[in-house]
Amino acid sequence: MDALQVKKLSVAYEEKVVLKNVNLTIPVGHLTGIIGPNGAGKSTLIKAILNQLPNKTGTVHILERPLNPKDHTVGYVPQRNAVDWDFPTNALDVVLMGRYGHIGMIKKPSTKDKQIALNCLKDVGMEAYADRSIGQLSGGQQQRVFLARALAQEAEVYFMDEPFVGVDAATERTIIAILKDLKAKGKSVFVVHHDLQTASDYFDWMILLNQTITASGPTEQTFTEDNLQEAYGGKLFFMDQTKSNKSFN
Amino acid sequence: MLTGNLLWVLIGAILLGVAAGLNGTFAFLQKQSLVGDAAAHAALPGIALAYLVFQQKDLPLLMLGAAITSALAVYMIQWIVGNSKLKADAAIGFVLSVFFGIGIVLITIVNQSGSGNQSGLNDFIFGKAATMAKSDLVWLSSSALLIILMCLLFFKEWKLMIFDPVFAKGIGLPVERLRVLLTALTVLTIVTGIQAVGVILMAAMLIIPAAAARFWSNHLGIILVTSALFGALSGALGTIISSFRTGLSTGPIIVLCAASLFLISYFFAPTRGFISKSLKKKTFKQRNVAKEATNHE
Amino acid sequence: MNEFWVLLTGSLVGITCGLTGVFLILRKTAMIADAISHTVLFGIVVAFMITQSLSGFWMLLGAAIAGLLTTFLVQVLQSGGLQEDAAIGVVFTSLFALGVLFITLFAGNVHLDVEHVLMGEIAFVPWDTWDILGFSMPKAVWMLLFVLLLNVLFLVFFYKEIKLSTFDPVFALSIGLPILAMHYSYMTLVSLTTVAAFDSVGAVLVVAMLIGPAATAYLMSKSVSGMIIWSMTFGVTAAITGYYLAKLWNTSIAGMMAAMIGALFMIVFLFKPHDGWTWKLFKRMKLKDTNVHV
Repeated sequence: MDALQVKKLSVAYEEKVVLKNVNLTIPVGHLTGIIGPNGAGKSTLIKAILNQLPNKTGTVHILERPLNPKDHTVGYVPQRNAVDWDFPTNALDVVLMGRYGHIGMIKKPSTKDKQIALNCLKDVGMEAYADRSIGQLSGGQQQRVFLARALAQEAEVYFMDEPFVGVDAATERTIIAILKDLKAKGKSVFVVHHDLQTASDYFDWMILLNQTITASGPTEQTFTEDNLQEAYGGKLFFMDQTKSNKSFN
Repeated sequence: MLTGNLLWVLIGAILLGVAAGLNGTFAFLQKQSLVGDAAAHAALPGIALAYLVFQQKDLPLLMLGAAITSALAVYMIQWIVGNSKLKADAAIGFVLSVFFGIGIVLITIVNQSGSGNQSGLNDFIFGKAATMAKSDLVWLSSSALLIILMCLLFFKEWKLMIFDPVFAKGIGLPVERLRVLLTALTVLTIVTGIQAVGVILMAAMLIIPAAAARFWSNHLGIILVTSALFGALSGALGTIISSFRTGLSTGPIIVLCAASLFLISYFFAPTRGFISKSLKKKTFKQRNVAKEATNHE
Repeated sequence: MNEFWVLLTGSLVGITCGLTGVFLILRKTAMIADAISHTVLFGIVVAFMITQSLSGFWMLLGAAIAGLLTTFLVQVLQSGGLQEDAAIGVVFTSLFALGVLFITLFAGNVHLDVEHVLMGEIAFVPWDTWDILGFSMPKAVWMLLFVLLLNVLFLVFFYKEIKLSTFDPVFALSIGLPILAMHYSYMTLVSLTTVAAFDSVGAVLVVAMLIGPAATAYLMSKSVSGMIIWSMTFGVTAAITGYYLAKLWNTSIAGMMAAMIGALFMIVFLFKPHDGWTWKLFKRMKLKDTNVHV
């Protein structure tokens, strides 16, 4: 069974090509990192997969079926910059929003939904903050709540857009523990990530992206210096930080 | 056909159009077009207050009252946004409607206080360009000239301040004072125009020519000139068309002329217009399809 | 009895607008509501030109279409590369000017003068009645009740959907919520609310009623449901106090209600415990004091 299958996916805005002929096949049960330099189209790839962009071409299959929100197969943690932090709502309420797809239009959340939301909040270690306004939480706490919301979706395949940006070290450890736990349960997780230092520890599968796929496969095969050089062009200097200061100039 | 007064009205409308076109462009670039709308609505209580205090309808006095409440409204919007979690749109809508409501309360009081409808304050709601007295038109024209002059003087400072305030501060420009000056000038533009086109449609004079001009160029200088030209053209055409038939208010006709210019710009402007953009997109797509076809061979 | 109908109308305006206004504030679309309140004039005039009647139904239909047209045009101009504030400004001033022109050209002899549209005549409400199912009530009350019912039904059925699509539209789209359809349905409700209310209180007070109480409630409450209750409470309070003050000073009722909305907002904004403006000022001064002593 393939968690994700992408064929000939291209995205262009006006005159600028963002993604070019992306082809991917990834089996279920992996924790996959989507890695690439700034502007490589990592977020665009996720949005295109989730059918949120009008101007894309190509086909996407998730668990070997075209994407249909009614299947509840996909969980999503978007980037946080589109969110209005002054919105009058609390942490538990945000997590409960993850159940809306299951509940369906018009109907009200049941006690069971509330129980699931509360459990998910516990899983991310935020149950003490259930009543706290979302805007009063720290960046890391907000991110945990958004992860809990995705967990509440009870999906098979998860997509997360830069979940580690702006969070503290403890939150990062919590999140990665949860992701590994999801993988252990046989779920598939895709994470946009830009920190190459931690990437090989976190992920057992890698997609290296720079407008098009430069490599995709198990980490030990893909996360090589050659592949990274190709994805990052000449901009790669982390491998040898002490010397790289010269080449930086 | 051009009687003496109509000629004066025409000159006044053209100068007002140029002044609003220039000033409106700066407001547009600051994304503050609707603040102008609120400031225009907020002129109403000021006019009524000035009349209640001075018991006469000398235009300069009424303009002074209008300027005070307009400026107060702009300041209040900034104060609310800066000191609460309310966003700009809510603050603008709130200030606009409450000031206008207070204005109507005061005007009703004026109209019932004996001197009654002779005060003619109701004219300020919709404007009465065609029947303005010559002395009022002289006021209007000289005030418009002052605004035009200031816009030319501070052109590059305002440009830098709007584009990159941090850098502007860095090279020692008094950014805060420049901002206050620009706001003051917007208020002056509004009080200059309200007797002619009315508080409700004055915002259109600030917004529409600037928005239309934006489709013609990416260069601020050209946008300013185009906007001023559109303002002048709407003023002139509106005045002439409304003089053909009695009973037509000048304000709405001026605004509709500006709206027509906007529509033309939106569709036909060469750089950013709808048609030229769609054509560009199409050729881009065709090029891509061709490329893809060769790629697959 | 007449006083009762005027107060009831005012309170209904407060409740209906207060309810609708909550999501205007949360969705940051307050100024689109301002635009719609101006363009319903255009819709009503066109409806009159086509049907030659001023019946409530055609007015509601014309206004609803004008509201949708406004929302649609703003969206079109925005996707054409114009920033939102300018798009709103261009659309509503143009349609308003067109409405005023049509009135002077085609409807000059009808009771549809522009000042009435702007300021309303709530004092005349009791004399214009409809008999439905044997009940005789003012037309304005019937229309407001009908629109209030629509608003309540919409929220009962789609409360959690509109809440999510407001809070996080990207996520809402990912679970398959039709966020565009929700936007247009909601804007239709705003137009209907506007026209039902403005017949009695005028276009400008409608804006005040839609935005003011909800903005005040936004400062008061930490949950959407709490906001809805506060917003309706503020709306009714402003309507009733505004009415009596207008009577006391013999001035415009609608204008006075708008002024009271402003007063209620300022009270909350300035004096709300913990995050009111004076409260913060006081805290800052205290902080300075302790700093000096240290």
